[in-house]
Amino acid sequence: MYRIHKAKELADKIFLMEVEAPRVAKRCYPGQFVIVKIDEKGERIPLTICDYDREKGLVTIVIQTIGASTQRMNSLKTGDEFRDFVGPLGNPSEFIFEDIEELKKKKYLFVGGGLGTAPVYPQVKWLKEHGIDADVIVGAKTKDLIILEEEMKKVAGNYYPCTDDGSYGFAGLVTAKIEELAAQGKHYDVCVAIGPMIMMKFACLTTKKLGIPTIVSMNPTMVDGTGMCGACRLHVGEEVKFACVDGPEFDGHLINFDEAMKRQRMYATQEGKALLKLQEGDTHHGGCGVCAG
Amino acid sequence: MDVLKRVPVREQDAKVRATNFEEVCYGYNKEEAVEEAARCINCKNAKCIEGCPVAINIPGFVSKVKDGDIEAAYEVLSAASALPAVCGRVCPQETQCECRCIRGIKGDPVSIGKLERFVADYALENNLVPKKPEKTNGHKIAVIGSGPAGLTCAGELAKMGYLVTVFEALHELGGVLVYGIPEFRLPKEAVVRKEIEKVKDLGVEFETNVVIGRSVTIDQLIEDEGYEAVFVGSGAGLPMFMGIPGETASGVFSANEYLTRSNLMKAFDPEYDTPIAAGKKVAVVGGGNVAMDAARTALRLGAEVHIVYRRSEAELPARVEEVHHAKEEGIIFNLLTNPTEILVGEDGWVRGMTCVKMELGEPDASGRRRPVVIDGSEFEIEVDTVIMALGTSPNPLIASTTKGLETNKWGCIVADESTGITKKTGVFAGGDAVSGAATVILAMGAGKAAARSIDDYVNNK
Repeated sequence: MYRIHKAKELADKIFLMEVEAPRVAKRCYPGQFVIVKIDEKGERIPLTICDYDREKGLVTIVIQTIGASTQRMNSLKTGDEFRDFVGPLGNPSEFIFEDIEELKKKKYLFVGGGLGTAPVYPQVKWLKEHGIDADVIVGAKTKDLIILEEEMKKVAGNYYPCTDDGSYGFAGLVTAKIEELAAQGKHYDVCVAIGPMIMMKFACLTTKKLGIPTIVSMNPTMVDGTGMCGACRLHVGEEVKFACVDGPEFDGHLINFDEAMKRQRMYATQEGKALLKLQEGDTHHGGCGVCAG
Repeated sequence: MDVLKRVPVREQDAKVRATNFEEVCYGYNKEEAVEEAARCINCKNAKCIEGCPVAINIPGFVSKVKDGDIEAAYEVLSAASALPAVCGRVCPQETQCECRCIRGIKGDPVSIGKLERFVADYALENNLVPKKPEKTNGHKIAVIGSGPAGLTCAGELAKMGYLVTVFEALHELGGVLVYGIPEFRLPKEAVVRKEIEKVKDLGVEFETNVVIGRSVTIDQLIEDEGYEAVFVGSGAGLPMFMGIPGETASGVFSANEYLTRSNLMKAFDPEYDTPIAAGKKVAVVGGGNVAMDAARTALRLGAEVHIVYRRSEAELPARVEEVHHAKEEGIIFNLLTNPTEILVGEDGWVRGMTCVKMELGEPDASGRRRPVVIDGSEFEIEVDTVIMALGTSPNPLIASTTKGLETNKWGCIVADESTGITKKTGVFAGGDAVSGAATVILAMGAGKAAARSIDDYVNNK
């Protein structure tokens, strides 16, 4: 069992949890993920690592309610336990292995959309700890959904919040902000974009136009996360890759996002069904457009 | 009773079982077992033992069953096998022990597998425990993977007094026994979990959720955690695909994914959160045991199921019993048929497959006749789900993170088959990680052999 050292609500349906998982905390790096299972009947949920404390043996994850398992997870409190917590899985971000002097010559732009801000954070933090200031764009629908702002401000170079409804920071999508920065004459050698697939798709279209090499972190459906099931396979250029063992980070300009988004929706109705069952139990009798009932 | 005929075993009716996940075969009761055991003529030079990868004293335990002393039979059985209730169900006895039985020359061979299952189930029901060592020897050994190879190696080492820890990547113990083989062939709670409890009773420790190569490496286990030797029994977990167009469409699954969702995650049970896209009309591509398991699972989830296999029935690699059960349950066999493309609808879902007809040509390297495409035979079949059951290869994670551990061109760890010795001192390997996908019992044989080598290694260090 893996005890929750601290649980806190960051925004509506988004929770941060520090989990006691010493083996994972000892070996993990930015870019990697864990798989969390709440109990005997829960689903295996892949979550990108948001932070870690090697001494205390803690790993931080951020969970958004999507299906039945994530809803149950978000009802857990400090002191509760996860049945399973496995990792680190996948490969660390590539810059971890680069020569630090070479890395210092590069200007990084991070783009975090919604929950994607959580996996962006440890990368920006790692760079800061190695003397590199990276710029960060964070996007959300509205002000209340911007997460980890204080933490991010401490480690980012320039910090650019954006909201779709204009309630805070730049009014508009992250892609518009990328274009604005480029128009202002800012030069970036690498962009790292993490968020919903639709956001990563358009961020990549924008950076391709601007000629900025872009890395994305793919979050397709997975079961085991170790290369066994192949559920997470996706096209990177002509090749088929497994996000869990070959990724999760890839060259965003080579990803077939349309296919990946279709694959991600494979279980959408069923997850929705399970969630509805949990929320409304026997009182739900169809007609909602989600349950196919 | 005709002594040339084996005592028939009771099974769940095919029509009924096609709609549930309960075990197909009920096994013998004591009366039936004693009657069947009486058919064994207790050969002095018993050929059946030679056919058993873990060398169970078969006439030895069968004669105890004949005497009605099931506890004594279990003692003989458990001395050689850590997982008899599993083996009694999933071993291909017809090509190992039973095919060598003298009774088989003029009639049915003795039903060794069903007798093994009876004795092992009796032990589980009556809580008979294998003999534990009186004291431990203080040497720490790490075993990677809790499948048949790892469990056997761990059990054997524990019997010799070693302090054994088994590391498992998944959240449940058992490897392929829990994620691969379906409930209706091998019950998880009643058989697998209980049999693993017996390995725990021998003093073996288990740690789940540890991915070797990620959570910790083999070198770190040896250098930082004090393990003197490591056995790698990590199996062959990586699924193969055909490389044809359309394979990344929604509705195309590896058999590993489909079976893992149903078996490990229990997606067939509405009480569990993990979903499965069961499909209405399913094509399973492949002809091995895994293909049969995937097909029979899809059938139980309510689909019309077709096995699509490029050779003929005689070449099906699956056990005859599995093919027989699949047919009884209503699986449709499209033999001498090979898919060339998966057709995808606008919504990204599978809408069908283009296939070609095959005929058998000259024998290939495997000795089986090579399937050859019949020109102009292209046709389409309408399906909404495709399950690829084409075989698996070992996961490269362990080999790629362990200095000095060699692999061959198929990604299998290079190890001596009879000893498990690898190119890296102190590291031993066996089972599917070495052989590529094979059977439970061969993996157990390899685990057992490696345990003896590890004992030699530690004693001569």
